[in-house]
Amino acid sequence: MLRYGVKRVNRSTAGTMVLFIFLTIVGIFMALPLVFIINNAFKPLHELFLFPPRIFVRNPTLDNFFDLFILMSQSWVPFSRYILNTVIITFFGTLGHVIFASAAAYPLAKHKMPGKKILFSIVVLSLMFSHNVTAIPNYMIISALGINNTYLALILPACSYSLGLYLMKQFIEQIPDSIIESARIDGANEFRIYWSIIMPNVKPAWLTLTILMFQFLWGNNGSIFLRSEQLKPLNYALNQIIQGGVARAGVGSAVGFILMIVPVVFFIIAQNNILETMSTSGMKE
Amino acid sequence: MEKPIISSNKEVVFKTEKRKENECSLADSIKKNKQSYFLMAPYFILFFIFTLLPVIASIVLSFTNFNMLEVPKFVGWNNYTRLFLEDDIFITAIKNTLLFAVVTGPISYIACFLFAWIINEFPRKLRAVLTLVFYAPSISGNVFFIWRIIFSGDRYGFANGFLMNLSLIMEPVQWLKTEEYILPILIIVQLWLSLGTGFLAFIAGIQTVNKTLYEAGAVDGITNRWQELWFITLPSMKPQLLFGAVIQITQAFAVSEISIQLAGFPSVNYAGETVVTHLIDFGTIRFEMGYASAIASILFLLMVGTNKGIQRLLRRVGT
Repeated sequence: MLRYGVKRVNRSTAGTMVLFIFLTIVGIFMALPLVFIINNAFKPLHELFLFPPRIFVRNPTLDNFFDLFILMSQSWVPFSRYILNTVIITFFGTLGHVIFASAAAYPLAKHKMPGKKILFSIVVLSLMFSHNVTAIPNYMIISALGINNTYLALILPACSYSLGLYLMKQFIEQIPDSIIESARIDGANEFRIYWSIIMPNVKPAWLTLTILMFQFLWGNNGSIFLRSEQLKPLNYALNQIIQGGVARAGVGSAVGFILMIVPVVFFIIAQNNILETMSTSGMKE
Repeated sequence: MEKPIISSNKEVVFKTEKRKENECSLADSIKKNKQSYFLMAPYFILFFIFTLLPVIASIVLSFTNFNMLEVPKFVGWNNYTRLFLEDDIFITAIKNTLLFAVVTGPISYIACFLFAWIINEFPRKLRAVLTLVFYAPSISGNVFFIWRIIFSGDRYGFANGFLMNLSLIMEPVQWLKTEEYILPILIIVQLWLSLGTGFLAFIAGIQTVNKTLYEAGAVDGITNRWQELWFITLPSMKPQLLFGAVIQITQAFAVSEISIQLAGFPSVNYAGETVVTHLIDFGTIRFEMGYASAIASILFLLMVGTNKGIQRLLRRVGT
């Protein structure tokens, strides 16, 4: 089998077959929620309440989506506002975290300076502290800073997560020192090295981080910080619709579909990029 | 008699000089790395305010009695002694959590790597689709309802229907309301959910392995994919393996949502109680924040200890 245009070790066909069968069986189980949510969104009402429940839709319809659009157009705060809120929070939260965390990860991975070891271990350790108890002190800090009920109350904490720094540091560590050294000899300063040497070389890492952050912020409902209705994100508004329970079952399944499909599309685009970059250029000394 | 005194004096002088030198070099090296600190500043300022400060506050609170209305009252180790000596349910929770971690931790960690690696063996077009399929449980939001249908206690639950068709059972089983079944079911669901952050990190990690290493390996006499895995892929991915381990540990020890969603809260006779559900109970229902913080601190120590051991093990991979 030829890959990356490079000759590789022989792979036995039998081995590939075994792996493929194994993957298929496990894959069916893993894909269940996707199949379920997609099918539900297109079920007419009477099929949603079918007992015993069936997974696959028999008479697909778009009624649920039409009902949802009617509901949206009647909402007190225009729906475009909810969408805008989510876009702002997700975009700046993701971008800020990826850029700040990788900027901090580069010196931690590659430079020798005082305090580096201790800073890094604090970040990793903080990853292991339960978020359920830090919520209260966190709320007090955000109130004290006066950013309660603004977008910043969600964006700034998102920038400060430990996950991104740890992930980026582990990947940057693998970049050969010689690349950085030669850039330095060419007269590049550290900011330039970070932006045009480090970041392109760890594209799979920050794309992965983007997927994780996007998914997390997209699923955010504004929690306790955004109290004004005008600032609430889409997730909150759509979940309000589901609260209708049985009466809104059809619309609810359309909501489930919309909430899922956006991160899925984003995921596919990002994953495709991860695989693409690497098939054309490896990390070379 | 005088000689040793003089020599020790000299030593003292020498030491202080050396310390001065050290301080100089510390200031110097900070200056020399000015750009590095500039790069790190934005993240770490935010990190200290929004991530570290709340953690420190919680640890301090764990030594107090705090009901979120009155000013916290310092009570020393009281919360901790109460946890281990008076709280029987906490002991159950610890037992469940440890069992959970011991079973799901290693299996899900290996699964994350294994699937990332197998997917990489397939042609590129197929890979993006396969990644999505395996990541599906982590991306589709609230997915527990599927398991509630499967393990539903009536005849229409998939598990009951299947077993009754085979005549293995005559009457439907109350899966999520029977003590013996709760924990095993939670473990199965947790395993199903385990291909998350670690899995994606491994996928990205495999992509960044230096491709020339594989060519060199083929020349050096590596004949099959298993050797390639052990001698090239695994050692090249050490940073990602360490990262994945930390993530998997935090997930394995912090199980709570699936227990609440599937087994109920509280579960039958606390059969599904974990350290974090116990914490949620005290933090958000009984408003005993000091006690909840003490639980979080214990969990934190458990994770740190486990992590230390795992990191030592992983350093030996491929050597």
